[in-house]
Amino acid sequence: MSAPQATSATPTAYARGLFDMVQRHRVAAVLLFLLVFPLLMPYHALAVNILIFGLFAVGFNLLFGYTGLLSFGHAAFLGVGSYLTGIAMVHFGWHWLLALGLGVVSASLAGVLIGYLAIRTRGIYFSMVTLALAQIVYYAFYKAERWTGGENGLRGIQVPAIEVGPWTLDFLNPVTKYYVIYVFVAAALWFVSRLLASPFGAVIEAVRENEQRAAACGYDVARSKLLVFVISAALCGLAGGLRALHLSVVPIDSLHYLQSGQAVMMCLLGGMGTFFGPFVGAAVFLTLEDVVTTLTRYWMGVVGAVFMFFVLFFPAGIWGTLVQRVQRAVQAR
Amino acid sequence: MEITPSLLALQLVTGIALGAIYALLAVGLSLIFGMLTVVNFAHGAFFMVGAFVGLYFLGLTGNFWFSLVLTPLVVGAIGLVTERFLVRPLYGRGIDYPLLLTFGLSWVLIEAMRLAFGVEGLPSSTPPELRGAVDLGIGYFPKYRLFLIFATAVVVIALWLFLEKTRYGLIVRAGSRDGDICRVLGIDIARVWLVVFGIGCAIAGLSGVLAAPTRAVNPEMGVHVLAESFVVTVVGGMGSLMGAVVAGLLVGIVFAMTSLFAPELAELSIFVLMAVVLLIRPQGLFGKAGLMG
Amino acid sequence: MSHLPQSKSRRQLIVGGAAVAAAPALFSIARAQPAAIKIGFPVPLTGPFSAEAQDQVRAAELAVKEWNAAGGHKGQKCELLVRDTKLNSGEAATRTLELIEKDKVNFVVGSLSAATQLSINAVTRERKVLFNSISQSDTINEAKDWSLYTFHEALNPHLTAGAVARYAFPKFGKRIAYLTADYAYGHEMVRGFQRAGQAMGAQTVADIRHPLGAADYSAFLPRIQALKPDVLVLCNFGRDLVNSAKQATDFGLKQGTKIIAPVLLYTSRVAGGPDAFEGILGGTSYYWGMEDKIPSAKKFNDAFRKAYGGAVPSDYGALGYAGILSVLQAVKNADATDSQRVAIALRQLKYDWYKGPQFYRKCDHQSVQSVVIVESKSKNMKDKNDVFNVLAIEDANEKNLRSCEEMGHKVS
Repeated sequence: MSAPQATSATPTAYARGLFDMVQRHRVAAVLLFLLVFPLLMPYHALAVNILIFGLFAVGFNLLFGYTGLLSFGHAAFLGVGSYLTGIAMVHFGWHWLLALGLGVVSASLAGVLIGYLAIRTRGIYFSMVTLALAQIVYYAFYKAERWTGGENGLRGIQVPAIEVGPWTLDFLNPVTKYYVIYVFVAAALWFVSRLLASPFGAVIEAVRENEQRAAACGYDVARSKLLVFVISAALCGLAGGLRALHLSVVPIDSLHYLQSGQAVMMCLLGGMGTFFGPFVGAAVFLTLEDVVTTLTRYWMGVVGAVFMFFVLFFPAGIWGTLVQRVQRAVQAR
Repeated sequence: MEITPSLLALQLVTGIALGAIYALLAVGLSLIFGMLTVVNFAHGAFFMVGAFVGLYFLGLTGNFWFSLVLTPLVVGAIGLVTERFLVRPLYGRGIDYPLLLTFGLSWVLIEAMRLAFGVEGLPSSTPPELRGAVDLGIGYFPKYRLFLIFATAVVVIALWLFLEKTRYGLIVRAGSRDGDICRVLGIDIARVWLVVFGIGCAIAGLSGVLAAPTRAVNPEMGVHVLAESFVVTVVGGMGSLMGAVVAGLLVGIVFAMTSLFAPELAELSIFVLMAVVLLIRPQGLFGKAGLMG
Repeated sequence: MSHLPQSKSRRQLIVGGAAVAAAPALFSIARAQPAAIKIGFPVPLTGPFSAEAQDQVRAAELAVKEWNAAGGHKGQKCELLVRDTKLNSGEAATRTLELIEKDKVNFVVGSLSAATQLSINAVTRERKVLFNSISQSDTINEAKDWSLYTFHEALNPHLTAGAVARYAFPKFGKRIAYLTADYAYGHEMVRGFQRAGQAMGAQTVADIRHPLGAADYSAFLPRIQALKPDVLVLCNFGRDLVNSAKQATDFGLKQGTKIIAPVLLYTSRVAGGPDAFEGILGGTSYYWGMEDKIPSAKKFNDAFRKAYGGAVPSDYGALGYAGILSVLQAVKNADATDSQRVAIALRQLKYDWYKGPQFYRKCDHQSVQSVVIVESKSKNMKDKNDVFNVLAIEDANEKNLRSCEEMGHKVS
């Protein structure tokens, strides 16, 4: 430490204190932010979409940013979660909570199947295998018209009034819907945070850094990969189930590889390997797309150019770069 | 429906013609991956740009052969610019980054074509010299598609001769084996990669201008093609030219034959093929094991 | 332009980053009573059907302008809120949610593609908002998807295919081969053809399903060649039709076989060119060339030409026009702006906006209308718009639709 300063009052020290607190209680900070998030968004359906795709990106990031495995088939888990939730409600009249559970379980099972097969490959082949297997899932759901509606999508998912103790919540009310979905996303985020802070979290990061060394240290690399794959699938499945409830339909595109590509884009934009990054990425991507679409017909070119800009100059993503800068500024003292 | 031997034979020829386009596309993709370990997600977009540019030159000069020669040069030039300014800064950062960049690039290219030529696309037709169908004895087959098979063969052979028989081709092959040693030997490996990327894109553009007469030319035509190119490249082995050609033909024939017996499953079948190859032999039919980890 | 949303300035603030402080003050959650009658118009402004969608917007804006100029409803004017669905059902649902929750639209009219209209319908019917669909679908009128608030202005595959079959099969032969896009629309078209064909003794020699969006049909054509059918029906749409028509021509299928398509889009014909479509006939909801036979068509065309510099409306464009006018007329008739009363008025509406008399069938709100049979033209084209010859117009007839019972509706 250099010459004595009026430390407790300077803005830098204050920022440092705040930063430390946020770091230590990152989940709480994120959840607090998301609580007031709807006030910042032009319309609630967009805010709900950001919650859902934020969760999707966080789930994907567990595999991509933290374990270092680039999957091009994660749309399969989003889609399976959506469809199974929808099918349970539309064809079997299940309660939405139960249907959501089924969606998560089914996505996890899909994760076991696809993961088991994909883990056997590495690098670019891993990405290609996940792409191919996810496309097979896509075709399977496309052809099963009686259950899924095929190209028309699955329609008719309706959530009636939700009874919570003495209160009745109207799910059609956009604000209510946001906070109901928020509850689930909050729980999932808390879970992810605990996971990453646990020894297992350290193991998967070790696998990303150097697989052979991790194996040499005695960790079962294949099993760790499979486990994180399944957890990632479960989270994406939850996001999918919530999406089905939100939109009242399940579009067939949920399973297409372009949807998988979106997850990658969101993670990169936000920052892979950071806890909150994927969420920021999802928010930026969806808001950007939404805003640009109202401004110009050529939104695809604009979003593509922005994305390229980030890949070239901000590979750590928005949140990742921010965190790095703040860390560096704080540590410089 | 009776399956006669002549129907089977005609279907086989169809598969080969289909495979020719697949092979050409895969060759470009495989070349870029094999030499630069870059997965070019903009490959379908370059294909599409080639189709548009080809039609543009056709409109200007009225001569199909002119546009056939000019288009790959133009698309190759775009590829050179792409490599030099967009992809090169990303080397050393890991395989994901060029992949992601080219993904964004594909969106920009699609929009650029919409701006330049409109959203509906351009009408295209077969050049008069190649119009009409030929009676092969087993049925009528479009003359143009036979030309496609021939053109693909010419391009592949030319590429092979370039890589195997010329000095520069030797440098290219050495560069893919070990870039550092090449540098030590005084070879400007960055320039080699630039050229290879350009050639790969030029081949994609050529595929586009060749395919244009057979299908609708619109900004979205490359999206579908990209997935198929990946299937073929993976099956053949990423980085192997022989693999790209053989796999292209194989995938074309599988698609054609499945279409004969179970047409709804045709598209699914090629993804199943891809998955099976990846799980049993990830490096593909002709790829080198351990090329990518 | 009137179709940019009100929230444009608000969104720009957020982009600028000043939103955090300003947003709570600007963002009003209170439900205000709208002064204008707002109609949401989600259509695929970008993507493969962008040309058709833009024509729908033009025609819809013309309808709104005409209605407003005529005084609106007791001084209340109509406002059209156009949104881009990107031809994506998920996006369409999100946009519809935005239109209903944020923009507080009274009604929704749209879209293009069966999947997106069904997903829009899923959102609107849950919230009891009137939705008038302007694109082909057999499914939207079926009891499972339908609601009292669901209306269908466009043709449906069953009616279209039936009309084309009734015209073409007696003329060209009984052995029919189908090259069908493997999705609901394709299946529905085949069903329509086969039903109508049954009465005439038509025989299906093959029904080949190709993947939706396939660029290359060469793998399916040798088999069709071998079968030598009298008629080849290309049961696909838009770009798929352009591709399959081109390639069927290349493979010499036109010798000895008549090629027909259930829906011949004006934009597809222009994109595909005269050679590919030479000799092909098909159905459509509207072709501007009808104006010499139908007075309301002439009136519509003239208004469109005046507003858009001599351009003529396309088939889907005209649907945009009619979809809006029907809803607005129902507002007048009901003397109300809430969906429930307007829906009741709409189902009783009889109208003739651009193609002759139309009305909505009571049990499923399907607009009963004529089907136009056109054939592609390659010689003697007066100008670039003169691409079709009108061969016949099948008059509006409820009997050509599937029965209410078959659609799952209980007939009261």
